[in-house]
Formats: sequence, C-alpha cells, structure tokens
Amino acid sequence: MALLEIRGLSVEFAGRELVLAVDGIDLSIAERESVAIVGESGSGKSQLLLACTGLLAPNGHARGSVRFDGRELLGAGDPAAGVRGRGIGFVFQDSSGSLTPHRRIGSQLVEAAIAAKPVTRREAEALSLRMLERVQLPDARHNLTRFPHELSGGMRQRVAIALALVAEPRLLFADEPTTALDATVQSDILVLLAGLCRDLGMALLLVTHDLGVVASLADRIAVMRSGRIIETAGAAEFLQGPRDAYSVSLLAAVPTIDRALAVSGA
Amino acid sequence: MSALLSLRGVTVRYRESGARRQAPPAVEGVSLDIRAGEILGLVGESGCGKSSLGRAILGLVPLAAGAVNWQGRRIDRLPAREFRKLRRELQCVFQDPYSSFDPRMTIAEAVAEPLRALRPDCSPTDRAARAAAQLADVGLAPELAGRYPHQLSGGQLQRAVLARALVMGPRFLVCDEPVSALDVPVQGEIIELLAHIRREQGLAGLFISHNLAVVAGLCERVLVMYRGRIVESASRQDLMRRPLHPYTRELLDAVPAIDAGARARLLRRAPRPAPAADESLAAPGCPFAPRCPHALPRCHAERPALQPAGASRLVACHRAAEWPEGLPAAGG
Repeated sequence: MALLEIRGLSVEFAGRELVLAVDGIDLSIAERESVAIVGESGSGKSQLLLACTGLLAPNGHARGSVRFDGRELLGAGDPAAGVRGRGIGFVFQDSSGSLTPHRRIGSQLVEAAIAAKPVTRREAEALSLRMLERVQLPDARHNLTRFPHELSGGMRQRVAIALALVAEPRLLFADEPTTALDATVQSDILVLLAGLCRDLGMALLLVTHDLGVVASLADRIAVMRSGRIIETAGAAEFLQGPRDAYSVSLLAAVPTIDRALAVSGA
Repeated sequence: MSALLSLRGVTVRYRESGARRQAPPAVEGVSLDIRAGEILGLVGESGCGKSSLGRAILGLVPLAAGAVNWQGRRIDRLPAREFRKLRRELQCVFQDPYSSFDPRMTIAEAVAEPLRALRPDCSPTDRAARAAAQLADVGLAPELAGRYPHQLSGGQLQRAVLARALVMGPRFLVCDEPVSALDVPVQGEIIELLAHIRREQGLAGLFISHNLAVVAGLCERVLVMYRGRIVESASRQDLMRRPLHPYTRELLDAVPAIDAGARARLLRRAPRPAPAADESLAAPGCPFAPRCPHALPRCHAERPALQPAGASRLVACHRAAEWPEGLPAAGG
C-alpha cells in the first residue's frame, strides 16, 4: 500500500467566477519515496499540497480522496489537526510562516514535540535540542532561547525543518523549501534535506519550480500545468530526456554553469 | 577616461541606533569601471553589500568615503535637485515587481509616470504614445496596458518595470535581483530581454544577483563580493573555469546541476553547519577565513588585498597563487 494515495483530487475556489486550480489529480507516494511536483506559478502545485494538508484558503474546496497510511485526510473536519505531528511534517518557502515571531524557538519546538507524542516536558526539551543539532544549527543550546528574527533566513529555514522533524514524520511536505534563500544557503539546505530523508527513512512530497532542486532530491517527478499532471517519470529518466514539449522547455530554461559557458562561447 | 561609470574606494556605512560598537561598513573600498554598453555582473550572498553598492550608485545612500563618477563627473555629492536631472540617465529595477508599482495606476499610466515627473516638455498625448511604444519594445501585448498590476503575472509585470525604467531612454540601469522572484523559464526571458536591449541600445548597467549562473548568463565581466568587499574580479570564462577565490568556488558549487548524477554527488557532500551570524566581524584577517576550507593561520591574522592575478583579473586571497588553474569542484 502506498504511504500517500491521492485519487481524483480537485480544488476549486469560489469567487466572482469559480476557479478550478487542481483538476482531477492521481498520485501515490511509497514509503521512503521522494516525489517532486514541478510547475510554474499558477499551475496548481501549491494548492495540491495545501489541499493534502487541510490548509486551503477559506474559499477553497477540495474533492476526491487523499489517504495517508490508509486514513482519509479530506473532509475530516480539520485535517491539519489530524495529520500534524502524526506522521506528516511541513516545510514552506517562507520560514516566517512556520515560526511564531514572538515566541522563543525552544518553546515552539517543545510545543510541537508534546503535541506530537506522549513525552514529558524534559524529554521534549531534549528532543528539541537534538533536532536543532540534527539540522546543524551552530550553538543549538543558545539558539533555543532566541527569537526567530534574531536568526538569518537560512538559519530560520533550518529551525523550520527541525520543527517538522520533532514529530518524527514518515512523510514531509515541502513547498519551495529553498526558493527564498541565497544560492549557497540553498545548496546547504538541499544537502541537509537529502541526507535527512535518507537517514530517517522519510518520504518527501516536494513542490517546486526549480529543476535544480528536483535533481537534488527527487526519485520521481510529476510535471503539473493548468491544474493537471502532464508527465510523470523517474527523476533520472526525466533529466536525461523528458517526453512532453513543455517539460523539455522547463528543463532547457534552468541556468547552469555549462549553459552560461556556452553563451559566453568558451 | 573611457569609463561611463567609475567608482573609487566606495564605502557605505549604516548607523545603528543604540549600538555599543560601530557596525562594520556594508560596502568597503570598492572600485570599479563600467564601459558604455557593458553590463557588469555583481554576485554575492544576502547582506554582502551588493544592494548597498547599487543604491550608492543611484545616490540612494550617502557614501562614508570614496567617489562615484558618471562620465568623468563626480555625482555622489550632488544636491538632490541636481541628481534629479541624472534620473533620466540612471535608472533601476528591483526584485519584486509587485511592490514596484502603485496598485491604483494602470500599467500604461505607471510607465508614463517618469515622463510626467522628469520631462515637463512632453505633452500627455506624447507621453501616452511613448509609453505604448516602450511597452511594445519589452514585448508586452497592447491589451495589457490598461490593466492594473495585480492582473499581470510576475513576468509580465517585471517587463512593465523594465519599460518604465527604459522610457526615459537611460544609459545605465542598476538591476538588483531582477529575476529572483520569477519562475525559472520567465527568468530566462527577462535575461534575454536585457541582453537584447544592451545589444540594440548600447545600454550599460550593473546586474546584481546571488546566483552565479544567472549573472554569468548575461555578463561578460563579473565581480564577486563578500562582506562588503570585492574578493574576485574576472571574465565569466575565467571565473567559471578557473575560480581563484575559495568563495567563488563555493558559489559555483552552489549552482545545482540538473543531470541524473546530481543527487548522488549531493549525498556525498557532508551537511555543513549554518555559519554563525556574526562570526569574524571584528577579526583582523580575511573575512572569508572562518568559512574557508583552505584557510591558514595567516588568513586569520592578516587581511588579503585585492591584487592582480594574470591579465585583467583581480583576487583577494593569500593562497591564490597556489592554484593558478583554479580550485576544483567539491563533491567530485
């Protein structure tokens, strides 16, 4: 059985006109598998992820079925409350959305740990410290006492990842986890995420517009356009030669060192 | 002097209210020359001072030391009214196109706005005609001119930002991360558009980004900035094939490869701890030394000067002479 099974998922937004953002998606993710959904702004990729996590905007409505470990996540009251900390973790593009600005980092980690499992406060504190060390935040003990704004963007994203990890999730949802960061910090975070998925046996559902991120993290790729999946393939196979013309254009657009050298005629 | 724009020893310092010790300068002793028709690349991480340098050129922050010369004339101490005349020639484009526009103005009104402000001789009909022509030049369909900013995609809106910057016919454009907020395919379109304008109109400029692959795709000459200083200056070929500064090597390694072996190479790299936020700020040595895999005791004690390393190339590293063929890639 797949760890996450998405069947006929559609997402609509009510407004002056009804907007169909996600149009009948089927996708499954196996235990320990890492799947990337790739597409441009407005392709529906983020709404797909938000529907799975129960975090759609109030005028959004999801239909179809999303099963995690056999349990239906859609239409279960507040699905975010149900899945958060029970096997699913989230990391978003903007870490300031994951962290509460006026609370110390340690207290946010401890709260997430206690919500996730039956641990004492002391155990939760120890776990929080371990997770900050795990994401390679220097001086972890001191950083537990700091506020989010005292850290750089890259450090905050590490804290956001630690916050997702305290629940020891079997599946991590990541929406553009590196897009807002500097190139060197992006590459540090990619190395960190790739290692964590491998070492913790975590499955990953990644949403991004950046095929560099896909090449770094994904086993399998699904290209999304106008709310539909237009191509799925193994990541290695895809990177060697996608079939769909739109996928080819996405791959051709990525700025790389080789391409810059080709432009410069060197 | 043949340079269109030249900077000599430019230093920018921000005052921190209530700070016990003086903050290190955001930009320290930067000198550079940009010829007519050249778009110089400037690459570095958040907080390295690259945006402050761009703002110093535009007269948006005062210099603590040094000089900015435009066509041989010093412009960094001009009174505001004098500098305003230069706005026709020096323009800028920033990262977020949505915050670059007044949401209550249509695209056509916004693009005509600089003409209204800076060219009182232009009649309203003339302004509208010029704005329409400029929008066509950046590849925006005429039906978009009557729309409001929120009705355009990020890429369309960044084209409109360019149209507004170009409508005065400037000779120099500071582009500060103009593509970082856009989808990857759209980034390529904007870069191509800039290359086209450079070719057709001889536009010069400074192109600022944290992504070396993006900078090198447009600019023939690239400066690498770290903690307020230029650490390497070279042609893009030299920079990409034979990087001499360890920080340049790090920037190259950070550009993700998109081949099927990328992930395996990534997993061979040991995760690196986040750099501590305020390391080395007061240290006397090379500012990169605490992060540098090649640092020697000398690097922690003595700051390297920016020195010639072969033809038209500069580097600030004590050890650069040890790897004349450049530093090899990490991860193999």
